[in-house]
Amino acid sequence: MTVLDHRPTAPVPGWLPGATSPRTDPSPLLPDSSPVRVLGTPAFQKADPELLLDLYRRLVVGRRYNQQATTLTKQGRLAVYPASTGQEACQVVAGSVLQPQDWLFPSYRDTLAVVSRGVDPLEALTLLRGNAHTGYDPVATRTAPLCTPLATQAPHAVGLAHAARLRGEPVVALAMLGDGGTSEGDFHEALNFAAVLNAPVVFLVQNNGYAISVPLTRQSAAPSLAHKAVGYGMPGRLVDGNDAPAVHAVLAEAVERARSGGGPTLVEALTYRLEAHTNADDATRYREDAEVTAWREHDPILLMERELRDCGLLDDAVAAAATEQGEQLAARMRAEFHAEPELDPASLFRHVYAEPTPQLLEQAAQLDAELAAEAGR
Amino acid sequence: MSTLTQTSGATRTSTMAQALNAALRDSMREDPGVHLLGEDVGALGGVFRITDGLAAEFGADRCLDTPLAEAGILGTAIGMAMYGLRPVVEMQFDAFAYPAMEQLVSHVAKMRNRTAGRLPMPITIRIPYGGGIGGVEHHSDSSEAYYAGTPGLHVVTPATVQDAYGLLRASIASDDPVVFLEPKRLYWSKAELDVAAAVEPVGKAVLRRTGRSAVLITYGPSLPVCLEAAQAAQAEGWDLAVLDLRSLVPFDDRTVCEVVRSLGRAVVVHESTGFGGVGAEIAARVTERCFHHLAAPVIRVTGFDIPYPPPMLEHHHLPGVDRILDAVARLQWEG
Repeated sequence: MTVLDHRPTAPVPGWLPGATSPRTDPSPLLPDSSPVRVLGTPAFQKADPELLLDLYRRLVVGRRYNQQATTLTKQGRLAVYPASTGQEACQVVAGSVLQPQDWLFPSYRDTLAVVSRGVDPLEALTLLRGNAHTGYDPVATRTAPLCTPLATQAPHAVGLAHAARLRGEPVVALAMLGDGGTSEGDFHEALNFAAVLNAPVVFLVQNNGYAISVPLTRQSAAPSLAHKAVGYGMPGRLVDGNDAPAVHAVLAEAVERARSGGGPTLVEALTYRLEAHTNADDATRYREDAEVTAWREHDPILLMERELRDCGLLDDAVAAAATEQGEQLAARMRAEFHAEPELDPASLFRHVYAEPTPQLLEQAAQLDAELAAEAGR
Repeated sequence: MSTLTQTSGATRTSTMAQALNAALRDSMREDPGVHLLGEDVGALGGVFRITDGLAAEFGADRCLDTPLAEAGILGTAIGMAMYGLRPVVEMQFDAFAYPAMEQLVSHVAKMRNRTAGRLPMPITIRIPYGGGIGGVEHHSDSSEAYYAGTPGLHVVTPATVQDAYGLLRASIASDDPVVFLEPKRLYWSKAELDVAAAVEPVGKAVLRRTGRSAVLITYGPSLPVCLEAAQAAQAEGWDLAVLDLRSLVPFDDRTVCEVVRSLGRAVVVHESTGFGGVGAEIAARVTERCFHHLAAPVIRVTGFDIPYPPPMLEHHHLPGVDRILDAVARLQWEG
């Protein structure tokens, strides 16, 4: 017999209320047992047709963006590109569900979300091109830098949302993570802080099945990643991440809940990364073709297009217009990235401190002299 | 803890802890964007009482008791800074700051650089550091070399009551992140504090004692030890200058080199480990820049290269007057 066998089934007489007693009924916080869907359900008939067509157009353009960026890595024009091919429904919704004053906190795979937010598609790629860290203005675009360390942007989203709420401004922060990121300590600390502070934050976990090569079963033993919310005292929502209107419905509801003072929500979107982790990865080493093929049939664009055509919202002309918009973006990317970027070595020292230290001034002068000597050779 | 109020020109006796408390209070009164956060900083006033009374005066939002998670505390402060606030974070003890190291190194230190200056990080991270208070393990580390080796951070450490006030005010006002190392064994040291007095700016070393024979270069908790050693050295015919760095980053090459060139002999004293430490950096810089003015090698007097020892043994580890005097004797170097 262990001590656990002595655990009482009823409250112990004299049990003090307060800190040690259950504070929350967990049942409203628990995610639905199956992911929320809109496509193929009666909810689709009630959805706003303009929103549906806008999502479709964004999906098609986003897919082309992913393809072109992947091609650019093969040509050596981008240092690396973690494609979100197959995850476009999450990406385009996350980028478009926020209001202008809200903040997006993307991870390194969320370039397309950043573009959907309104950031210039070429500026969104400077980190991955290798000519600058963050090409866009995070303050003007209310979009944090693409975050490469896992989950570390999640507490930033909490702090920003907390600060905005202290000022009485209706700002919501949306933090994007992958399934692997949910294993990091910063993820858990962020959720805990958000719930304790009742911060207006939405955490969107794109569960694409693998953290590089490690499958979800080796990442978490929880019934779902959305279940992790309950332990922190916030609702968890589970959504079909390839069903764009469903992702929109769930995220919009979570954003609205946060904005109206209801606190944070954790959303798990079930999706799949159709390509490898990055161009440097060989996905055939750790997953079966059959699995990839099955997910190709659950492609977010196919699902959307089929349904839109069935109900007469989409015809060939609308589809062709979306394709053409994607081609124009791809052409712009090719034109820009085939030109050599202008680089300024002096920029190395420019933004380390508000005022450079004496040591940095000396080193900047040293680099100047080295460059002058090279030029004179 | 009694409360200091800012009355122009008012001078009164204060402990370093009270001076730090006054600096926080005056900064919060002046700038509503200054927010404190950390574990126990609210009702308790911090385990060292540095935030005593601030939650009562400014409210629980501006002096925020957080969940116990250092990465979460600093990560949250980053988001607050992104939204225009000026957070001051308390890390309860030196070794408790390590869980926040990734936030510090990857984000606090680099955010300005990553965003081409668009997201400065005006965060002050207060870390009580160092030994000599009889703390058990993980309560006495000197981690300044980790921070000083991270571009993007300022690293500041006061050794006097006046500097505790002035440097903390300046750190909070800085648009760059500052790791503010508080020598916890000096928390109860007392001196006159004039909150209206001008303070040498961050990045400027100050000569605490002039001398003609050699200079002891030091900072933070080792300053009083060096002053005591300089006093004792007089009996042996040594007239020692004592230079207080006050700021490790930015580093005051200019003052350090001026003093070393004029005296030709230097000892660097700090209580953290010597290998790869700040003293090694100083000795190298001095040697590179002042070699022809040196009459002897630059000698380091530091703690041993060991994990911080149990409190009943720490006096063997910490550089004391005798170890400094032994080093001074070695400065009579004939080549």
